[in-house]
Amino acid sequence: MENAPRAFRPRDRAWHPAAWFPDYKTSVYRSPRLPLVSLTATRSELTAPVFGHDLIRASDNDLLVNGRVDGDPIGPRIVLFGKVLDEEGRPVRNVLIELWQANAAGRYRHVNDSYLAPLDPNFWGVGRTLSEPDGSYRFRTIRPGPYPWRNRVNDWRPAHIHISLWGASLCQRLVSQIYFEGDPLLPLCPIYNSIPDPAARARLLAKLDMGESLPHDTLAWRFDIVLRGPRQTFFENKREGA
Amino acid sequence: MLREIPSQTAGPYVHIGLLPSAAGIPFEPERDWGAMLGPGARGERIRIEGIVYDGTGSPVKDAVLELWQPDAAGRFPGRDPGADPAFKGFARVASDFATGLFAFETIKPGRVPTADGRLQAPHGTLLIFARGINIHLHTRIYFDDEAAANAEDPVLALVEQESRRRTLLARRGLRDGAVVYRFDVYLQGPNETVFFDA
Repeated sequence: MENAPRAFRPRDRAWHPAAWFPDYKTSVYRSPRLPLVSLTATRSELTAPVFGHDLIRASDNDLLVNGRVDGDPIGPRIVLFGKVLDEEGRPVRNVLIELWQANAAGRYRHVNDSYLAPLDPNFWGVGRTLSEPDGSYRFRTIRPGPYPWRNRVNDWRPAHIHISLWGASLCQRLVSQIYFEGDPLLPLCPIYNSIPDPAARARLLAKLDMGESLPHDTLAWRFDIVLRGPRQTFFENKREGA
Repeated sequence: MLREIPSQTAGPYVHIGLLPSAAGIPFEPERDWGAMLGPGARGERIRIEGIVYDGTGSPVKDAVLELWQPDAAGRFPGRDPGADPAFKGFARVASDFATGLFAFETIKPGRVPTADGRLQAPHGTLLIFARGINIHLHTRIYFDDEAAANAEDPVLALVEQESRRRTLLARRGLRDGAVVYRFDVYLQGPNETVFFDA
């Protein structure tokens, strides 16, 4: 049984995208207008579900294989790997990492995606894994394609992989997107640009790693994940019996 | 010191990753994270259902919602000693693509203490992910038949306007003899739900 810290550093909301970002039109009517109510985390927020290895299969982190019907998926083969750390730089283990992505043509296997690009019969675009004791994780997949979306007249999403993270505390819960360094669509994307600070945006760029690439097989992209870390509690006042 | 990576919207295809069978992917449905109850979970069986409404009053039909709550005795599965082993405490569901209705089958949660030892009223924590939501929304589901406990709940008391506290109360009802709580979420507007930063 792993337990999270007793308290977390406050989340810097100015580092994250604002809820209301009019260039991303849907956010205009899906963003709360009243201030968030700040609360001191209780057991309800300091705990999190335990995701057991029983719900993870060996092929869940291999998207080249898990949707296979009669052949390999089409597209550039990549390894996506990295470490999950907290804000103090310590590895975080047993983090549930879930991925989803479009195929190499920019089409999602989803009942609501009607983009004219083809589905790949051998690719689902879904993966999951738990981070190792040293915080490391690894997926094998294909590099997703860019695709157009209904926002402004001619908006295209840069190639990206969605990522969902569940650590040992609900305070660490985070969903984000991984992009590829050097993509010329990045500066044009209102979703990427909803993050105000360029230094924060850069944190979502996977970096090419030739050292981890497999010659004649697969390129590797490194993406390190940082989750919220503990606030020191040495001098915290505690009530009697707490 | 490192900094947390920034959030991005879960987008319209969130189901592929978080509820693959809802996206139409033949991933084993039993490996979706939908179920909170084991066969022998202790406590009062309840259903919590509702709709997330956007600022135009329209149902959000592509949301994914997560509920995390303690067992009937207020203990968190896998985290607190003595927690009910038949209860998972966590479920993830999708809003219905046609109507926007979401529903959790669970048990009424027990009371959980605050850091300073006071008791909170029974509640669950609800997280909301969807296209157009740039960083997930965090709210709580309380129960309108727990008036005494709600009146002394330290988190409800943080909400300055009493009228806004009502946005966190699920309304108890009966349907075919089963307990159904209604909990609608308003992202904007005069009834905007209280969302938390924890």
